Amino acid sequence: MIRIEGLTKSFGKFKALDNINLQMQEGQAISLLGPNGSGKTTLIKSILGLVIPEKGKITINNHVVREDWAYRSKIGYMPQIGRYPDNMTIEQVIKMIKEIRKDHTQYDEELIYGFGLDKMKTKTMRSLSGGTRQKVSACLAFLFSPDIYILDEPTAGLDPLSSELLKEKMVKERAAGKLILITSHVLSDLEGIASHIIYLQDGNLMFYKTVEELQASTGESKLNKVIAQVMRTELPAMKHN
Amino acid sequence: MKTIIKYVLLDLLRNKIILVYTIILAVLSISVLNLDSNPSKGLLSLLNVTLLFVPIITILFATIYFFNSIEFTELLLSQPIKRQKVILAEYIGMASSLAAAYAVGVGLPLLFLVSGTESLILVLTGVLLTLIFSSLALLIFVKSKDKTRGIGIALVVALFFTLLFDGLLIAFIYSFSDYPIDQAVIAIIAFNPIDLARVLMLLQLDTSALMGYSGALFKKFLGSATGSIFSISCMVFWVVVPLFLSVRIFRKKDL
Repeated sequence: MIRIEGLTKSFGKFKALDNINLQMQEGQAISLLGPNGSGKTTLIKSILGLVIPEKGKITINNHVVREDWAYRSKIGYMPQIGRYPDNMTIEQVIKMIKEIRKDHTQYDEELIYGFGLDKMKTKTMRSLSGGTRQKVSACLAFLFSPDIYILDEPTAGLDPLSSELLKEKMVKERAAGKLILITSHVLSDLEGIASHIIYLQDGNLMFYKTVEELQASTGESKLNKVIAQVMRTELPAMKHN
Repeated sequence: MKTIIKYVLLDLLRNKIILVYTIILAVLSISVLNLDSNPSKGLLSLLNVTLLFVPIITILFATIYFFNSIEFTELLLSQPIKRQKVILAEYIGMASSLAAAYAVGVGLPLLFLVSGTESLILVLTGVLLTLIFSSLALLIFVKSKDKTRGIGIALVVALFFTLLFDGLLIAFIYSFSDYPIDQAVIAIIAFNPIDLARVLMLLQLDTSALMGYSGALFKKFLGSATGSIFSISCMVFWVVVPLFLSVRIFRKKDL
């Protein structure tokens, strides 16, 4: 589905991504991990075409990202920070996106009702809390049942109930054969969702493995313990090579 | 694209700053026009208000608006739409709401108190200035990396055109006063949209004493009609060129 070849991007002298090669398939739920500034958001934005790569090529379902913008109809994106025009209401934001996507007439509005946004649709975006704005972003990402989900810190700022609801939705979509790409620092939130882990550090791809593989090599079962173990033992070893 | 313009307008027409801007313009217009029985003088004072405030308010408001909308722009760009369409739609929505504020704030009082060609030209001047400085704001937005720097540049650009440019022009005229520089001065004026606006309006009012050096030159060389067409075309260039550059740069901008 997504194929990344030799992706390199620097901002000034700082190399945000250095020769990344990746292939992602449907039915995978990939967790993108790495310390702050490791290039996670740059990678996501490159896939979305928001950041223009220096070198390398990204193809999504055989569409080259730089040449053809229509591929984005297949992607549902939930940004890390959702900021919307102050005076628009929730209803207007959702309606606007629907009007932009005239190719769709069927909408997945499960989350809108699940989060109870339908009951406060006349509230303006300015008056909403960060968490509620996050909910609006989530609803927009899932609205058109895309094949690929790109979720940047989806559960940060959500209350436990809403966070559970969003996770259930992700599990459901993954079972339906969608590709989900998530960045999150809350590893416990990824438990039971992530099937693969991509670890980035200083713009380099450290590893790309299935959760089972990592569990086997570390002997741990909980995701946060697995990752902690990997960071302690495997990553330093990789650096020396 | 129409959808985005519609919703940007919906948002901005409920923006408090735009409302306050409209009201202040309206209050100023009404009071200035009632001060003097001579409508020509009233129009001149309104012209000065326009030349002083419209550029700086427009460029600051627009720059801040574009920077504040970055996340919204990203959201739109994650949809299957062309980049050019998103940025143009945001520009059109933004510029037309500020232009509407001017047209209502100054245009409506003029319509009731001093209707005529001169009033129409004044509103046109204000609207053109709004479009020009929104366009410059867009260029500043696509060129600068962060909001603080963007606002700084916007301030410098506005002050350059309102104050510094004329100072430099006067210095130029004094130092080369022994030479035939009339045509050069006209050419230089074309590089300042605010001077173009002033000349355009003064050509209508036919108050040669108040026109100053540049206005007199325009009248002498180009005549009223040609002078007006010349300054309007130059102003249209001032809208189109920065806009065109912005769209080109934005196509390759990292967000």
